[in-house]
Amino acid sequence: MITCRHLVLGAAIALLPVAAAAQEGEYITVASTTSTEQSGLFGHILPLFEEETGIEVRVVAQGTGQALETGRRGDADVVFVHARELEEAFVEEGYGVERFDVMYNDFVIVGPGDDPAGIADAESAAEAMAAIAAAEAPFASRGDDSGTHVAELNLWEAAGVVPEGSWYRETGSGMGPTLNTASQMNAYALTDRGTWLSFQNRGELEFLFEGDEVLFNPYGVILVNPEMHDHVKAEAGQAFIDWLISDAGQEAIASYKVEGEQLFFPNANGAS
Amino acid sequence: MGAFSAAFELIASGDPVLLEIIGLSLRVTLTAVLIGCLIGLPLGAMLALLRFPGRSGVVVVFNALMGLPPVVAGLVVYLVLSRSGPLGPLNLLFSPTAMIIAQAILILPIVISLTRSVIEDLWEEYREQLRSLGSSRLRAVPTLLWDGRFSLVTGILAGFGRASAEVGAVLIVGGNIAGHTRTMTTAITLETARGDLSLAIALGLILLAVTLTLNTGAYGIGQWGRRAAG
Repeated sequence: MITCRHLVLGAAIALLPVAAAAQEGEYITVASTTSTEQSGLFGHILPLFEEETGIEVRVVAQGTGQALETGRRGDADVVFVHARELEEAFVEEGYGVERFDVMYNDFVIVGPGDDPAGIADAESAAEAMAAIAAAEAPFASRGDDSGTHVAELNLWEAAGVVPEGSWYRETGSGMGPTLNTASQMNAYALTDRGTWLSFQNRGELEFLFEGDEVLFNPYGVILVNPEMHDHVKAEAGQAFIDWLISDAGQEAIASYKVEGEQLFFPNANGAS
Repeated sequence: MGAFSAAFELIASGDPVLLEIIGLSLRVTLTAVLIGCLIGLPLGAMLALLRFPGRSGVVVVFNALMGLPPVVAGLVVYLVLSRSGPLGPLNLLFSPTAMIIAQAILILPIVISLTRSVIEDLWEEYREQLRSLGSSRLRAVPTLLWDGRFSLVTGILAGFGRASAEVGAVLIVGGNIAGHTRTMTTAITLETARGDLSLAIALGLILLAVTLTLNTGAYGIGQWGRRAAG
């Protein structure tokens, strides 16, 4: 009798996922970046979109490189990332339909409060990076092909530095874990402002450099091409993109604040 | 200390999001354990009793698979379930079902290997008796499984422990989607990434408490069963 009861119970547990699946409404899967998820932006804007359209948005937060790969494989309907060149290549290869500007935030350089490389007074981001390299001060790099990592590599190139040596440490992980590492090693790091503002384990790290135009970090949104993957929910995905670049979506993005600071600046109508 | 009070407050608040995450974690892991047992118990017992060429090799492979890195298991399941993979049309990636499959793969070698070990010992002990009753090796499987049920629980709990504690596989195949595939371990990873270490530890404590409760229950039933069985 006991085994019989066990089997019934087991079958009930096994069937739970199926039952849950049956109740699901319309949804789309969006491959996006850790910065948008971890900064809390999605938690703020997605409920507004879901309420308006009834379409559930499921966000898989990955690095930009991985998010685009998820799109290439057809495992997402929409990609929402920040690495302009990679995004344009994604569209050119035919995996994406069209890239739309949505918003931008900016990168900032954080580091130990006593600033051993003296970057706080640097004239440009490239100068700041060159100073870090010259001082061989520890620098924690994402090292994961994310949008932030790509931006960092561009900065080293602009500074005329090939980052290598024991001071340059690649964590191979997301923004948060990289900041955790930097905080433990008292290292410099390039981070997006949003993740930094919502990051709580700062230790002795402080905000040191901002404001250079090259640090602007534009986000683009792209519908995965239904011609490549015919299961892509093109209509619902496009509805999400249309909403993001509409007045309602843009206002929702602008209204998200952490510690009183606006993190993302809508620019859907700007030059693309 | 902050983490302990944070954990307590979290539980006391009855936060529906937290309850949902705990519920999903349990549903995924318990389903995976059930699947692991339905396949692993008979397979492990047969592996203990049957003699066939290459048997030692199979035994060693299952022993080694107990150490399969969860990330690797996750990656394989990811590639199989991806839209570009062989089972893509089933649309299972980034779903609780995908997480169950990945965890069942992690649990299976543990259940098989520990069952084989328990049943082998039992067979040595009862070989003469079962033989004299004219029972073949294969027909002894249910008898031996029933006889070893209390020892087998340890193997099942080890499988449960491995599945409920792992994060690498469920993160890859589930995607840590809020309200859909976010489990205790992926939530802990996320909060660590956000630098909210006390919330991460608080969630860890809650997960430990859940695991402890389940193990206490299993132990209690075991004790009760042993007494009842005399």
